[in-house]
Formats: sequence, structure tokens, C-alpha cells
Amino acid sequence: MSIDLFDINSLLSEEEQIVRNNVSRFVDENVKPIIQDCFESHSFPKQLIQPIAELGLLGSSIEGYGCAGMNSISYGLICQELERGDSGVRSFVSVQSSLVMYPIFTFGSEEQKEEWLPKLAKAEAIGCFGLTESQGGSDPANMKTHAKKDGDDWVINGSKMWITNGSIADLALIWANTEDGIRGFLVETSTSGFTANEIDNKFSLRGIGYI
Amino acid sequence: MLPEVVGLKGPLSCLTQARYGISWGAIGAAEACLEELIEYTKTRVLFDRALDENQAIQIRLADMQRRITNAGLLSHRLGQLKDEGRMNPTQVSLAKWNNVRMALDIARDCRDMLGGSGISAEYVPIRHMLNLESVITYEGTETIHQLTVGRALTGKNAF
Ligand SMILES: Cc1cc2nc3c(=O)[nH]c(=O)nc-3n(C[C@H](O)[C@H](O)[C@H](O)COP(=O)(O)OP(=O)(O)OC[C@H]3O[C@@H](n4cnc5c(N)ncnc54)[C@H](O)[C@@H]3O)c2cc1C
Repeated sequence: MSIDLFDINSLLSEEEQIVRNNVSRFVDENVKPIIQDCFESHSFPKQLIQPIAELGLLGSSIEGYGCAGMNSISYGLICQELERGDSGVRSFVSVQSSLVMYPIFTFGSEEQKEEWLPKLAKAEAIGCFGLTESQGGSDPANMKTHAKKDGDDWVINGSKMWITNGSIADLALIWANTEDGIRGFLVETSTSGFTANEIDNKFSLRGIGYI
Repeated sequence: MLPEVVGLKGPLSCLTQARYGISWGAIGAAEACLEELIEYTKTRVLFDRALDENQAIQIRLADMQRRITNAGLLSHRLGQLKDEGRMNPTQVSLAKWNNVRMALDIARDCRDMLGGSGISAEYVPIRHMLNLESVITYEGTETIHQLTVGRALTGKNAF
């Protein structure tokens, strides 16, 4: 355990301390022993996903839909403890929780929430968040991907880059331009026309996958 | 299609949530590096004394602890604001920038203080350091977060 000179721990409620200790133990027992090898061999530690879901760390802030409904301090502590192990493991949880489950919960229809949130919480489905494109991540307004209505369907054209979890995702939240402005689309990666190519010549976050 | 949002504020509001978590996460990476370094400097003997008996080493360790403590207090306050529904994106930008910069600098400095061992996978700092090179870029680069705080101070958008 690291040094806590200002006793920040005593600012935490009992529940927050329990969350922190549980995640900390998980990281010590399950992440630290394997993560250096995963980095070296450039392999994603898939065996960590199920235990992460069982600890309630996916969509931890969401109330209902099979999610843990923890507060924001707890979400912060989860991130802190996971990243004590590895930034990649924390990135995996950030994407699933904040970039996929949060928008479905906040902007989705009741049907979308019921279909996806319980599966994402249990890691029966893995999500990714497709905003960035090759022409410049800092300027997302310059988006080239567009979506057009075709009868009842939408047809999306474009490509995204640097998408965390992209190579293992079942569900992609793709942001695209429409006649009305930028909108978010839930695209199952099994949809015909969807392809993902892994970026494997990277020297950072080697334990997790990107497209 | 997600029915309840149109425009860039959709994806940006997701990024605010993720960046909040990243500001906390970076503290964990820095703590892991410092923890291992403290153990190393206890047992590494140079010039007939343990490395941690040198003032220059203690000052560097103390400075890391100072920065980790500051980051922890910042994130804790941010968490309170978020739980009260009062967190805003400028606060999140400042915290992501401050804490990830803190962690990256500490990981690099720990790497240095491990000497040659610092480039070996036997010690954690180089892995954290390389990972944090991504963390400082993704979810808004450090520069974009600085310019977000600058915009709040001046009222002028410079990016
Ligand atoms: C490991 C990793 C994971 C990622 N995961 C995801 C993901 O899951 N989903 C997703 O959508 N995206 C993801 N990204 C993309 C990430 O958000 C972008 O890389 C980031 O926003 C920066 O965009 P860019 O790489 O195109 O750099 P650019 O935008 O081209 O920036 C290049 C440089 O210019 C600077 N700069 C830009 N504008 C200005 C300005 N006006 N003034 C001064 N300097 C400026 C930047 O700070 C940077 O230093 C990921 C990236 C990485 C590296």
C-alpha cells in the first residue's frame, strides 16, 4: 500500500473503502503477476475480463440494468486501483463504462438500454467508442464519417482510427455526421461491411488492442 | 441510433466522464512506480551507502510524494463535485492535465533512478511510462486541456 500522508483514506465512506480494497486485492493477485508479460508479448489478458465484470466494475455508476450503482468517488477509486496495475486495464474499463455504457444509459432508448446494458455489465458484450478519425483527433468536428437514412435503415460510411477495444468489440458506438448533425450509432461488429484492422506496431499500452 | 442527443456534445460528454476516471487512474500508476522505487533505493548500495541515504535521492522521492498527494486531493475534490452534480469540463481538463503530467514525469524519473535496471521489464516504471505516453495524448491531448483552461480564463477559444 502506498503512503497516504494526508490521510485521504479517512475521507472515504466505508462502502468506498470496501470497493477500493476489493479492486486493490484483485490487482495484486490477478493483474500484477501477469501484466508485464502481456506488455512484452503484446497480448490482451482476456482472463481478467470476467473477474472485472464480477466485481461490478463495468458501468459501476449506472443505477439499474444489472449495474452496481456506485458513486463517483468509487468510480475514481476503481480507476486508481486498476491503473496501479496497468493503464491498459484501466483503459478497458474506462471505455466500456464511460464511453459505451454511459452514452447508452444517458442518450439511448429504453429498448437499447435493456438490450445492451446488462450484457455490457456482465462482459457478455464488449464495446468500443469510435470518434477519432485519421485526419485529426483534436478536431472531431472535422468528421468525415457520415450516415444516411435508407428507408428504415441507416447506412454509415467512413473509417475510424485509434479505437480502444476495437479488435475485441462486439458493439461499436460510431459517431457520424447526418443531415441533422453528429449522431451516435450502435453498430454490431458482426454487421456486414464492418472491418477492424489491429494496429500492432505500438510501444505503449501493448496489453490491449486497437484498430 | 441513440435518439436523445444531436451534435458534438454527445461524444464530448462521454469523454468528460472518462477523463474524470483517468485523472484518478494516473495517480495509481504514479504510486506503483514510487512504491517500487522506494524499495529499490533501500537496497541499492553505491559509494558504500544505501541510495536512499543521499539527500539528492530523498529530495526526489519527497517531490514525487508531494505531487502524488496534490493529485489525490484534486481528484477527491473533483469526485465530491461530481457526486454533487457540480463538476464542469474545465475542472476535468485541469485534473486530467495535472494528474497525467504528474504521473508521466514521475514514471520517467523513477525509470531514471533505477539506473540501467529501469529499462528492464523486471521493474514497473518503464511500462507505466510508455503507457502514460498514450494517456497524455488520448481523451484530449495535454495541449487541448491547457487550452480549455485558458479559454475559461480569457473567454477566448484558441483552438
Ligand atoms: C492509445 C490510444 C487510444 C485511443 N483510443 C481512442 C478511442 O477509444 N476512441 C477514439 O475515438 N479515439 C481514441 N484515441 C484517439 C485520441 O483521442 C487522439 O489520438 C487524440 O485526440 C489526438 O488526436 P491525434 O492523434 O489525431 O493528434 P492531433 O489532433 O493531430 O494532434 C497533434 C498535436 O497537435 C497538438 N494540437 C492540436 N490542435 C492544436 C492547437 N489548436 N494548438 C496547439 N496544438 C494543437 C496536439 O496537442 C498534439 O500534440 C486513442 C488514441 C491513442 C493513442
